[in-house]
Amino acid sequence: MTGPGVSGPATQPDVVIAVRNVQKSFRDASGREAVVLADVSFDVHRGETVVIMGGSGCGKSTLLNCLIGEYAIDGGRIEYRTSTMDAFADVASMSDAELDRLRLQFGILFQSGALFNSMTVADNVALPLREHSSVDPRVIDIVVTLKLEQVHMLAHRHKMPAQLSGGQKKRAGLARATALDPEILFYDEPSAGLDPVTSAAIDELIRDLSTKLQVTSVVVTHHMDSALKIADRLIMLDKGRVIRAGPRDEFLRIKTTAPVDLLDDDERLIHQFMNGRAEGPLTDDQGISEFEKLLVGG
Amino acid sequence: MSDVSSRRSAAGRGVEWVGRVAAGRLAAGAAFVRFVGGVSSLLGVTLAWFGRGLIRRRARAAPATFVRQMVRIGVESIGIVVLVQTFIGIILTLQLAPTLELYGQLERVADVVGIAVFRELGPLLTAIVISGFAGASIAAELGAMVEGEEIKALRAHALNPIRFLIVPRFVATVLMLTGLTVLADVVGVAGGLATSMTVLGVSFDTYMSLTREALTLSDFYTGLIKAGCFGAIVAMIASYEGLNVRGGAEGVGRATTQTVVKSIVALIGVDVIFTAVFFAFKV
Ligand SMILES: Nc1ncnc2c1ncn2[C@@H]1O[C@H](COP(=O)(O)OP(=O)(O)O)[C@@H](O)[C@H]1O
Ligand SMILES: [Mg+2]
Repeated sequence: MTGPGVSGPATQPDVVIAVRNVQKSFRDASGREAVVLADVSFDVHRGETVVIMGGSGCGKSTLLNCLIGEYAIDGGRIEYRTSTMDAFADVASMSDAELDRLRLQFGILFQSGALFNSMTVADNVALPLREHSSVDPRVIDIVVTLKLEQVHMLAHRHKMPAQLSGGQKKRAGLARATALDPEILFYDEPSAGLDPVTSAAIDELIRDLSTKLQVTSVVVTHHMDSALKIADRLIMLDKGRVIRAGPRDEFLRIKTTAPVDLLDDDERLIHQFMNGRAEGPLTDDQGISEFEKLLVGG
Repeated sequence: MSDVSSRRSAAGRGVEWVGRVAAGRLAAGAAFVRFVGGVSSLLGVTLAWFGRGLIRRRARAAPATFVRQMVRIGVESIGIVVLVQTFIGIILTLQLAPTLELYGQLERVADVVGIAVFRELGPLLTAIVISGFAGASIAAELGAMVEGEEIKALRAHALNPIRFLIVPRFVATVLMLTGLTVLADVVGVAGGLATSMTVLGVSFDTYMSLTREALTLSDFYTGLIKAGCFGAIVAMIASYEGLNVRGGAEGVGRATTQTVVKSIVALIGVDVIFTAVFFAFKV
């Protein structure tokens, strides 16, 4: 069981990503330091789907960018042990070439789909194959067809990204992310900005891929419905920390507990978040301190 | 609040003003250093990837991008370059004619136009046209890619954005600017020739033989060396501004104007250095 208190080296044999005490802050325009991730630790196990939840602006995308080596972290460690590695390797200490080799085992679906706008859908999916393998172009065509079929986008293969809807862009992005048969799939807000039906279809696709391809999935979202649908395990972020990590059932129990008084503080916060209540520990706190700052510090 | 400041002495306000201006200058200076440093290091990385590409010849997707960039930067600006240089030929000729006529050397207009266009106005004005044309569009395109997470996606697929996006744009800009400068030289002289024949009554043969006599090979190649460097400057500033876009569509817009403004200042600044060096070494 990995809770907010995980520390030290990962002990379970099936841990693929070990995140330890990660800190990340940004400097804003006036040079002030804003801490986004204060101290984040968790493990991701082989083959599971972990959903990282938290309010808008709590640092989910930042965490994801740190995980994929896009942002350098200010403290802590992010270690990987994929099936091709014998031991854990720290992202921060990897050379560019080593990081690139690790990234070839990732598939990443960005928030907007991040398709290359100058290429057709099919070329988008083919690009990683063309660049990173030396297989025959005809084989690439077959793989592209398969990958597009998997996300039900084959009919749109000759379209340019600008001609696609938001949901179609995400599907195409997902086809591209799976082009090189990755071991770990990362998703940033897969259902944000989609209508409920399209969003449910994407959720199904995520479940589908994780069972069919046996991948490990890390999903960042603030959509509770999809989180509960796709997750094996959930992690709740608040104020730059993991306040709770546990299996879906544990979160379901918190969500459905009727008198909130039965829950502890963190659980009450999770309860508020999962049920989408305007009042609760998540909001009171922020509101008052902001108000006080304006009154006293202004 | 207001009565507090009115009680302060004029001297105090003066000191404060000097301090504020100095702090502003310091910040501007730091921003300038950051910009020059950033563009230079981008140039270094771009050249390194270009060199590696030449040796390893592994850049599979680049050739297509490269041709597309050549067309976009070069072919599409041919019309404007021709127009601008024709006008320059006409303007130079008409501006110089009265003075030269005073010395009874009217036909010498051919010398001055030839040298001015080959050494200076051909490369410089072509570069300025390109900075507004291709530079701005490179910055906007890369900026949109940053905003659309395309650059991140490239890196996530272990594809280096410099090799993939910047190198083809860089090489295309340098080559096309050099090529367009040759065209600009020819068109500028043609503009001078046409004006001299129609307005000043200088004959075709006189004009051409004087031009040939006046121009040396060094006039031609110093212009082309400059053109190549100008191409590098425009491509690098545009790429730097584009890759550093923050803040959505507004940021992209800012990057395009910044590219044009900074390119023009950098082009003329570097031109001063070139001219001084060529002057000192008499080339
Ligand atoms: N590149 C960046 N530079 C400066 N601040 C950033 C950057 N990326 C994110 N932030 C800040 O970090 C905080 C968390 O952002 P983000 O990770 O995008 O949140 P989420 O994805 O959870 O909505 C926000 O306050 C945001 O302004
Ligand atoms: Mg986000």
